[in-house]
Amino acid sequence: MLDAVSHVGVWVHDQDAAKEFYTEKLGFEVRQDNTLPEFGNYRWLTVGPPGQPDVSIILSIPGPPAVDAETAELLLKLMARGALGPGIIRTGDCRKTCAELEARGVELAQQPDERFYGIDAAVRDPSGNEWRIVQPIEYDIEAVKQQRSSG
Amino acid sequence: MNATPLARHLLRARDLVDSRYPDPLDLEALARAAHVSPRHFSRSFRQTFGETPHQYLLTRRIERARYLLRTTDMQVAQVCLEVGFNSVGSFTSTFRRHVGASPTEYRRENGGPSEADRVPLCFVKAWTRLPGDGAFREDSAPAGD
Repeated sequence: MLDAVSHVGVWVHDQDAAKEFYTEKLGFEVRQDNTLPEFGNYRWLTVGPPGQPDVSIILSIPGPPAVDAETAELLLKLMARGALGPGIIRTGDCRKTCAELEARGVELAQQPDERFYGIDAAVRDPSGNEWRIVQPIEYDIEAVKQQRSSG
Repeated sequence: MNATPLARHLLRARDLVDSRYPDPLDLEALARAAHVSPRHFSRSFRQTFGETPHQYLLTRRIERARYLLRTTDMQVAQVCLEVGFNSVGSFTSTFRRHVGASPTEYRRENGGPSEADRVPLCFVKAWTRLPGDGAFREDSAPAGD
């Protein structure tokens, strides 16, 4: 039986810039930051939200020997284009969180937008990876449909 | 340390479109966000993202219009202005080119929220784009409609 997702890998182009962004801008904590001589000085860098200690994000730079140089170049291009797929971070108050992020110098990739499922904004890390900042709203589709048809 | 690639700068301009799609964004403003010249910007944007800045702006506006038509009772003219078009005529024709139906027909067929409205916006934007060159004609500038 599978219990939980504990780690998720995210490619970045620069681990120092990523560490600064995820900690100083997003407010995540560093879980581990170790340079490992036995792995050719691979830097194992993980971060995560303080309120969720059982999930860590692994921030790695693509390159040999993990991936060949050609693949690494492709990954770097894809992340700069914002094409590697988004992650979603939940918040209790999207607008307030976004105001706090902007006060810390974070450029919003999208201002808070009211959607049916909640209020949704976006930021990007320095590498181009997109993180949605979502304040979910619980609703019952059928009840809303009924309300609209009767109104 | 890697130098910031051009694509990352262009992505900033694309994000600006996503954030400020109702505004009359012009080529200069977008190029400025990407730190490149307007002439270089348009070509580079298309090479990087497979569509022109204007096409990207229009698809963002149409996506928002579809959402408003599905989930609100807003009048079509109000939706038109809300998403950044200046005239109902051009909104309707652009909408029809993209969606294959007029805004009113679309609302009649898709009115009311559905399971599609549980899908986060980033996926909706990605999967409601027109493949390839799409049905949009590029005007001389990315602003307007």
